[in-house]
Amino acid sequence: MPTIVVEVMPKAELLDPAGKAVTGALHRLGHSSIAEVRIGKRFELRVDGEVDAELLTQVEEVAADMLANGVIEDVIDVRVEGAGAAGETH
Amino acid sequence: MRVGVITFPGSLDDRDAMRAIRFAGAEPVALWHGTHDLDGVDAIVLPGGFSYGDYLRCGAIAARSPIMAEVIEAANDGMPVLGICNGFQILVETHLLPGGLVKNDHGDFIRRDQRLRVESTSSAWTNGFTEGQEITIPLKNGEGGYIADEATLDRLEGEGLVAFRYLDVNPNGSLRDIAGLRNERGNVVGLMPHPEHAVEAGFGPDTPLAMRSGVDGLTFFTSVLQQSVLR
Repeated sequence: MPTIVVEVMPKAELLDPAGKAVTGALHRLGHSSIAEVRIGKRFELRVDGEVDAELLTQVEEVAADMLANGVIEDVIDVRVEGAGAAGETH
Repeated sequence: MRVGVITFPGSLDDRDAMRAIRFAGAEPVALWHGTHDLDGVDAIVLPGGFSYGDYLRCGAIAARSPIMAEVIEAANDGMPVLGICNGFQILVETHLLPGGLVKNDHGDFIRRDQRLRVESTSSAWTNGFTEGQEITIPLKNGEGGYIADEATLDRLEGEGLVAFRYLDVNPNGSLRDIAGLRNERGNVVGLMPHPEHAVEAGFGPDTPLAMRSGVDGLTFFTSVLQQSVLR
């Protein structure tokens, strides 16, 4: 079953308090070489049948409209993984 | 006047909002997120809480729940809509108000009695205040940092759409100390602090007069009554 993966990250210029908290914890554990952590979201959309260009366009639209809030986040990747993917990437 | 309060899965302050409406002299009407029925109400409150568990983003799923189609249409027709905390997050996710709300800059959930300055009285929910009035109502949130791009912030300031600003401390890193907004028409207002928790002596914030005697929140709900009388 092909899976469309959508990745969303907080906008680069925005403070990511959750990432900042994790960065602090890593530093306390001695991982001082890790300068910064930013936390985003990965959505896996399982698809019945083939992924065609039309479906991918629909997913790109819904990713921009609902899965991410353009005010605070960027959709950084929409791609197909799994059987039937045929290495397709957008 | 009948004021609807919408309960979403995860709403916490819907009953407090209904109580506040009753104290103000209006009739509270319970509404349910899963319907397309506003039950003929004259105004709507989107209460605080954690709608849909705040999954995806705060307010994001609630903004796309069945009843919100009717709320958006009614708001665009001029019906008064007040979004409190999670309700404010729902309003920005529906784009009835601009910008977004992100995790507090210090990373912690915060609860405090918060002083605010009333910046705009030109709205259905703030007309009972005086311009520049300082009020105290409770604030409690983990994701209350208001953000928007510079152009939007300048427009909000220029058009007088900032309804409330934080005083003394900025509790969540909100840009330009913005605590609440109104729309151009003045019927839609959203804010992070909770007026419905400051409507009855004995249960509100402390005042110099007596402990827990603050009732500054009541004016939100009497304002909308006043608005309906004037209309």
